[in-house]
Amino acid sequence: MPEVVIAGTGLIPAGEHWELSLRSQATRALLAAKKDAGGLEPQALYIGNFLASTVSHQSNLGALLTDWSNHRGIEGFTVEAAEASGGGAFRMGYLAVASGLVDVAAVVGVEKVTDVVGPGLENAIAEGMDYDFEAAQGLTLAGQAALVMRRYMHTYRVPRQVFAGFPVLAHENAVGNPHAMFRRPISLKAYEEAAMVCDPLGLFDMAPYADGAAAVILTRPELARATAGRALVRVSGSAVVIDTLALHDRPDPLAFDAARISVQRACRQAGITPQDVDFFELTDSFSIYAALSLEAAGFAPLGKGWELLQDGTLRRDGKLPIQTMGGFKARGNPLGASGVYQIVEAARQLRGEAGACQVAGAKRALVQNLAGPASTAVTHVLERWEPKG
Amino acid sequence: MMANRVMKPARAVGIVGYGAYVPRYRLPAKYISRLWEGSESGGPVKEKAVAGLDEDVVTMSIEAARNALARGQIHAEVLRAVWVGSESHPYAVKPSSTIVAEAIGAGPSIQAGDWQFACKAGTEALVAAIGLVGSGMADYAMAIGMDTAQGRPGDQLEYTAASGGAAYILGPAEHSLAVIQGSYSFVTDTPDFWRRAGQRYPEHGQRFTGEPAYFRHITEAARALMEEMGTTAADYRYAVFHQPNTKFPQRAGQLLGFQEEQLRPGLLSPVIGNTYAGAALIGLTAVLDVAQPGDRVLVVSFGSGAGSDAFDIAVTAALPEKRDLAPRTADYIARRTEIDYATYARFRGKLAE
Amino acid sequence: MEVPRHWRIRQQRYSLVGEVCPHCEAKIFPPRDVCPECGGEAKTRFDFSGRGEVFSFAVMHDAPAGYEKTTPYTVALVKLEEGPVVTAQLTDLGEQPVEIGMPVEMVTRKIREDEEERGVILYGYKFRPVLK
Repeated sequence: MPEVVIAGTGLIPAGEHWELSLRSQATRALLAAKKDAGGLEPQALYIGNFLASTVSHQSNLGALLTDWSNHRGIEGFTVEAAEASGGGAFRMGYLAVASGLVDVAAVVGVEKVTDVVGPGLENAIAEGMDYDFEAAQGLTLAGQAALVMRRYMHTYRVPRQVFAGFPVLAHENAVGNPHAMFRRPISLKAYEEAAMVCDPLGLFDMAPYADGAAAVILTRPELARATAGRALVRVSGSAVVIDTLALHDRPDPLAFDAARISVQRACRQAGITPQDVDFFELTDSFSIYAALSLEAAGFAPLGKGWELLQDGTLRRDGKLPIQTMGGFKARGNPLGASGVYQIVEAARQLRGEAGACQVAGAKRALVQNLAGPASTAVTHVLERWEPKG
Repeated sequence: MMANRVMKPARAVGIVGYGAYVPRYRLPAKYISRLWEGSESGGPVKEKAVAGLDEDVVTMSIEAARNALARGQIHAEVLRAVWVGSESHPYAVKPSSTIVAEAIGAGPSIQAGDWQFACKAGTEALVAAIGLVGSGMADYAMAIGMDTAQGRPGDQLEYTAASGGAAYILGPAEHSLAVIQGSYSFVTDTPDFWRRAGQRYPEHGQRFTGEPAYFRHITEAARALMEEMGTTAADYRYAVFHQPNTKFPQRAGQLLGFQEEQLRPGLLSPVIGNTYAGAALIGLTAVLDVAQPGDRVLVVSFGSGAGSDAFDIAVTAALPEKRDLAPRTADYIARRTEIDYATYARFRGKLAE
Repeated sequence: MEVPRHWRIRQQRYSLVGEVCPHCEAKIFPPRDVCPECGGEAKTRFDFSGRGEVFSFAVMHDAPAGYEKTTPYTVALVKLEEGPVVTAQLTDLGEQPVEIGMPVEMVTRKIREDEEERGVILYGYKFRPVLK
């Protein structure tokens, strides 16, 4: 199987892009990635997107974005896995190049949430859950996370304040990230005083939904080296695992089985254990999910994920940095694009180009993109590519 | 006059199961008088029951029907009719009864329909159910009277227009907890209260609703039935009259020779208000909750427009073992959360016009 | 509102009609084509009792469209006594505080209504503190 490397990355800041359309956002990120890859021409475009058909009334993004980015004549279509769409599209690009059938694949994650505001957006996002048996009961994605959070607090007898460290760390890490939505630190007091979104889930327990687009160019190392002229990042492990769609169908809603198994599979493929990574880009769409992701990956025992916040382990200079450029919480959560943002951020860390956010000496990353409470879990191991021999 | 005024079915019919429903919320009359009269003098009832935001005639009927099935100890599949009488059906066109039937597991080989006759829509359905079972066309039929009645803000009706009602399963007398010994109806064209199609709130004839409407129809129906049955007020352990307020049923009882204690167990309007199509029927559930075998009950409904249905009912030995198979009327009345006028206005959709 | 999709599952919504697996006896809600326990084909009707207890709950302040009328409302995971867990709103709470483990019973209520009161009314299961 050929090696697959990331030859170029591109993105636009996550945020509220009132003036930018879905197609412009995606095109800008894609062209930036292509330029970063030295102009490599993709033969395929895989798009990660969750909401376009509802929020922007636009399907067939493969045709739209291939056309608008001036790549008519190549292959292109959408991969949809709710908030894991970006990770899913990246997996698709990886499979295409690894198969040997595609030499150069472009992956773009794009989300346009601000075309609709208010309850209509909540409805659209709720479609990522079981519509007949969760959304129809008036549940939202945040409500679902609150159900998990309440159960966690009950089972492990902890107050909601134990989750405060996740948003605090995310905001601290985002200060040096020019494409983050929020670049201001927040205090523990602010966390405690913030309004409830879905009690017990407060405003800072939830990453803000945002517009955004991020893209990468995937290819084989020998093709990349000719044009890129910079460090490459190898995809050494890739896994997608599915759990029940509805939270209520899980024997244990705190288990995050899909997250756990996808880490195992991706690490096995990469020939490493999770402890061998230099940092972990996890899904902190909700602070409770950050804690459960740490536990599922094996970094902490069940019920103890939040304790890693206490000794500095998760800080940028700690043993296992997370949310290194602000995570979903402070960079913003462009839903179906978030998985590609994670990949771009990890790649820039591994290339040593993360600027003020740089994790010193980062060589290997674990990147995990979840949909909802790990109904879909997409996990990748990325490594700084070194020529063989 | 006809020779046989009282209606008796070919086959003896009785009540096989019954169930009440009263929503949780109560609006005290003093909050209404404070708003519209500038005093906490209250009104014609102490307080009234108010449906919650997620309740309507359909949901309330479903719960009462489930209670009736529980007491009847029969499966809904044996019902041959599900009829809902109300003046507040959630749809103008589309039966409440099909939703109720589907939810309780009745049908599809059933009669289903919604009855409309102001406050006597429920007893009208009851008479029809007696007829259906009494003719042998069905073994079991369900009749429901249920309302989420509305009065225009500031109207006198606002003190009393309440939410609640009851469901009855009619079946063969030998399987019943109370036998219907006879019924009689008295109806004239008397426009004392009405709501035109498409209008949200009803209009009424003020004092015209009293003598020529309520009192005339109730007393005519009751007297004719008692005359035919050869009874006097003293023969009944309990009596239930349609209860638009506290005073009217008390006065009707006096006119017909009943004592206060005969009325007391079935007189719920002081604490739940006027539940319209549910009012006489939920009065009867409260009586059945306490009655003993052999007790005789007179029930007389009244519906504006106008008419009364009167029933002579005798409790059988089966009642005592049935009544605790579902919540009693008093259990619902005791489940009480007081609300203020603002909450009431929100619950009843009076905020956005 | 999409009428057929809600009509299709009305019995499940109105009264928790589920299935019992003819192969392994697992009680299943909502009905599935395949038993989640044993993988066998499942289509034998089973009527759930509607009794259960609160497994977790959240108070919704930002409601999706069609649910704004009743905010704030409580959504819970309810563990039915027959085994399955369902997502449903809690209703008729009054001033009663909700707790994990609280016994609840199923009632049929309005679960969604469009703002203009033109579309069909969606009825379905909710749960309330046990009345009696």
